[in-house]
Amino acid sequence: MITLENVTKTYSGETTIGPIDVKIPSGGITSLVGPNGAGKSTVLTMMGRLMGADTGKITVGGLDVATSKSNDIAKKLAILRQENHFVTRLTVRQLVGFGRYPHSAGRLNVEDEQHINSSLEFLNLTALQDRYLDELSGGQRQRAYVAMVLAQDTEYVFLDEPLNNLDMSHSVQMMRQLRKAADELGRTVIMVMHDINFASRYSDHILAMNEGQVTHFDSCADTMKSSVLSEIFGTSVRIIDDVDGPLAVYF
Amino acid sequence: MTKLSQSRPAGLDTSAGASKTTGLWSRTWPLLIGLMVTISLVIASLFIGVYDLNSEGGSEMFWITRVPRTVALILSGASMAVVGLIMQLMTQNRFVEPSTTGTIEWAGLGLILTYIIVPQPSLTLRMLVAIVFSLIGTLIFFGFLQRVALKSSLVVPIVGLMLGAVVGAVSTFVALQTDMLQNLGIWFAGSFTGVTKGRYELLWIVALMTIIVYFIADRFTVAGLGQEIATSVGLNYRAVVLTGILIVAVVTGVVSVVVGSLPFLGLVVPNIVSMFRGDNLRSNLPWVMLVGIVVITLTDIIGRTVIMPFEIPVSMILGVLGATVFVYLIVKRGRRG
Repeated sequence: MITLENVTKTYSGETTIGPIDVKIPSGGITSLVGPNGAGKSTVLTMMGRLMGADTGKITVGGLDVATSKSNDIAKKLAILRQENHFVTRLTVRQLVGFGRYPHSAGRLNVEDEQHINSSLEFLNLTALQDRYLDELSGGQRQRAYVAMVLAQDTEYVFLDEPLNNLDMSHSVQMMRQLRKAADELGRTVIMVMHDINFASRYSDHILAMNEGQVTHFDSCADTMKSSVLSEIFGTSVRIIDDVDGPLAVYF
Repeated sequence: MTKLSQSRPAGLDTSAGASKTTGLWSRTWPLLIGLMVTISLVIASLFIGVYDLNSEGGSEMFWITRVPRTVALILSGASMAVVGLIMQLMTQNRFVEPSTTGTIEWAGLGLILTYIIVPQPSLTLRMLVAIVFSLIGTLIFFGFLQRVALKSSLVVPIVGLMLGAVVGAVSTFVALQTDMLQNLGIWFAGSFTGVTKGRYELLWIVALMTIIVYFIADRFTVAGLGQEIATSVGLNYRAVVLTGILIVAVVTGVVSVVVGSLPFLGLVVPNIVSMFRGDNLRSNLPWVMLVGIVVITLTDIIGRTVIMPFEIPVSMILGVLGATVFVYLIVKRGRRG
């Protein structure tokens, strides 16, 4: 369970976020959607304690992210933001190994190696494990970072636009793997998404934000309605019922 | 949350183990060769020089000048290379090292001011002041870095070089006013010529720093992944950066007092090692140290022999080498886009 109580954040006096009060249940995938500048990434960043809130309290799995020890939080949640411009020359395996840092502080034991191996397998990176990160394509690199986050073996996984820089087929692959992580490994995945159709097809819950406020938090089925989506995105959205479920059309 | 490990096929365990034992040997023999090359250069350094070691007093001379000089080469070469890599990881920028961030120039300013205020400063006093000034300079650079959005850009070393130029200009002005220009000139031309018994022992401090780096190497590698990833895996990023800055300041301060300015060593070596072995600091530390020793010993031997019986300061040769590598890196980056 993730709880945000009366959370606010102000930037340079102009952009204000909150007050936000929301409880996100454990399990499954929750997608944060909304127009640009709605505050989705900021909220995710605050939940992942990379940025402090001005007021209010955020707890993830019972830990207060503002006051708990960083290493304790690192065993409870892992957060991945959009890709770094600087690419360290580490091999994929070394990078994934550093996901074990909260557990082993760099000295990898047998259990760590097992986590690394299964994480690599999970994201189909075993064949690429000895390649350097700067020799990979953007999509492969993105997968390597996600493998690192999974190797951290945390109950909560926060991802900021995991489909950024991925083409269509890699986006589908990534979402399937994340779905598998939620279903098979029992992870609670919270992510910022841009494409409402990707979000609705693979998530369990949708949390919509607009101008710094949470405007809507519901199951996917109840979100994929023309009236709800039109309000969230501020543009008219039609719903087409496809065999696999509803599709939003907004051209 | 142990489902991940349970789902793993048992057969993989043995294959991973097997590749590890073969990997150990394939990882060890290049290091052995590297070690042998380094040792032969070190031995060469011990026996190259104007003084005929076979003549009277040769063995005394050997212990008074050759051994201290060679030890100084080893210690300063290894530590300056390591410090360069630490700075590159912490700033996430390949072009950063003590001479492209103004750190060395700050140490120089500190030394000049010491000579003015205290007429005949002891070696320890000079060292302390140089460390403090290096620390101030590095902190100013990192403070500036926090305001730059694109940390990987060339703007970072350009501003660092400009900072260094301004501080260097202040030093020159102060030196001009106080008739110390010659001292400053000698200092900037970092050289091992004057390193003799009784004048190099402070360098053991940098050996201690390098040992400390080995024990906390992983923290620097994680910090090299960026503040956000480092925080996500539970690292106290600020503490690591502060520790790194302190180590950089101590090494730069001590080396600049004993040897003088050694430009570009911290730039050239980590970039060479990174090309072949990546950036994992702990497993690369022996390589960074070895290549550092090789580069500095080789340039010092060149400096000692090309115009024998005179010497060219090692900093001059390093400058030529460093500038070449610097330009190569920029061109290579440009091609990659």
